[in-house]
Amino acid sequence: MAVLFLASEALGRAEIVDRSYLPPASTVVARAAELFGDPDFLHNVRVTLTAWALGLAIAIAIAVPLGLLFGSVPAVNTGARAIVEFLRPIPSVALIPLAGLLLGSGLGMEVPLIVYAASWPILFNTMYGLDDVDPTAKETLRTFGFSRTQVLLRVSLRSAAPFIATGVRLAASIALILAVGTEILSGFGEGLGIFIASASNVPDGTRDVLAGTVWAGCLGLIIDTVLVQAENRMFRWHFALRSGAS
Amino acid sequence: MTTATAAVSLPRPRGGLAGALVRGVLHRWLPLAILVAGWEVATRISGSPFFPPPWEIVRRMKELWFTGPADHLFLNGEATGNILPSLGRMALGLLLSAIAGIVLGIALGRSEQVLAYLNPIMQFARVIPPPTLVPVFIVLFDLGTQMQVASIIFSAIWPILLNTADGARSVDQVQMATAETFRLSGADRIRFIIVPSALPKIFAGLRLALSLSLILMVFSELLPGTTDGLGFELTNAQSQSDMPTIWCVIVLLGVLGYLFNTILLAVERRVLTWHRAARKAAS
Repeated sequence: MAVLFLASEALGRAEIVDRSYLPPASTVVARAAELFGDPDFLHNVRVTLTAWALGLAIAIAIAVPLGLLFGSVPAVNTGARAIVEFLRPIPSVALIPLAGLLLGSGLGMEVPLIVYAASWPILFNTMYGLDDVDPTAKETLRTFGFSRTQVLLRVSLRSAAPFIATGVRLAASIALILAVGTEILSGFGEGLGIFIASASNVPDGTRDVLAGTVWAGCLGLIIDTVLVQAENRMFRWHFALRSGAS
Repeated sequence: MTTATAAVSLPRPRGGLAGALVRGVLHRWLPLAILVAGWEVATRISGSPFFPPPWEIVRRMKELWFTGPADHLFLNGEATGNILPSLGRMALGLLLSAIAGIVLGIALGRSEQVLAYLNPIMQFARVIPPPTLVPVFIVLFDLGTQMQVASIIFSAIWPILLNTADGARSVDQVQMATAETFRLSGADRIRFIIVPSALPKIFAGLRLALSLSLILMVFSELLPGTTDGLGFELTNAQSQSDMPTIWCVIVLLGVLGYLFNTILLAVERRVLTWHRAARKAAS
């Protein structure tokens, strides 16, 4: 990593590439650090993160129950599959112009798009997770007289939880893509995407664009690391079981 | 793969093959048909200009793209001018990222040290939301196809690269030792052992890359300054508040995404038949 950093630094300093095109890495990092103290910029980041968190939370609230329903009732599953297969491949960014006309701009438009895009991985992972449930455990509880819903909540949900967590992790990065992406396209308002988009319109704004990108990458990295850690911590029993079985 | 096993384990309905087929079609497509019909009725009743009825969308799609001569597959100038450039960019971007991703992935997967060195950079590059890089690419490559292909590659390469590296790293040690004893050359080792055992992972990466490249294709065309492509058609329609065209493009993109995914799954099934058979034999 350090070598690459130095290489780009040398390239930028030696004026081989135009300075305004690719500024040296150190100035970008310096600018990124400087932005950390800039309240305006922090406000932008907070706006983006709010949209991200809200969208992700709603997506979880919608997709997990739906996934449980699809995964546990075969008739609903086959019925819904054609609809799902038709809706899923629609790229979420293609909905941005539509949402722009329907919902205007800002949070009201960002959040529904994030929910749409982030729901799919959670939904599918929940369904896969239910597929993986130990049938003996289910039958055991059934014989003890637990109702279907109770079995679903006590055994199936618990054993599908690691899969759902993986889905949430995938959804989290998709939600971030959508949050920043809609902001870049909508062109006005506030948010990290707006910061990057408006910097790219200013001559000599590459430094800010790159600094903003570094920030976006850091956000992604932090989110990913936190979720992976949480997964490892919460589902240690799951991984232990896995490695014990294989 | 889980869905495939689930489909196999479903109980066979009684009443012969034809009956099963009819029932299957009914079960699968009836809900969709009902939904579309309901949508049609609802949109006709409400008459909202934002939600044109499905029939209207289909008609508009036909007059928008499919009024050309039969020897051009009925495609007209509008279609060849906007759909083909989009598909070309996506294909080029995906192809280049697949080649680069698989080659680099195998190289990295086979050398622990380099992988350890490069891992932090790759992880960082992977988590940057791809849209944020599009402005960067605009500055570097100017507007146009170059920039669009570059942004597709940059987002589609990571799942392929990381998956391939992961697959190449987890090659069976016994097999590698056997290759050693038989003095297989490096190229043969890659061809007969490493690539086959990494293939399932590679396909998983390709599937992720496919949907990412579709997203980035549209996104990079949505930006101001593009002159053709489906994304351009979207922004153009948006600026004129032409709702039916927006819906047409969305539906077309959905159909294309579905087609691409189906094709990739079919290829995967063919290529990986031996893999499944081997797994079944082992278990």
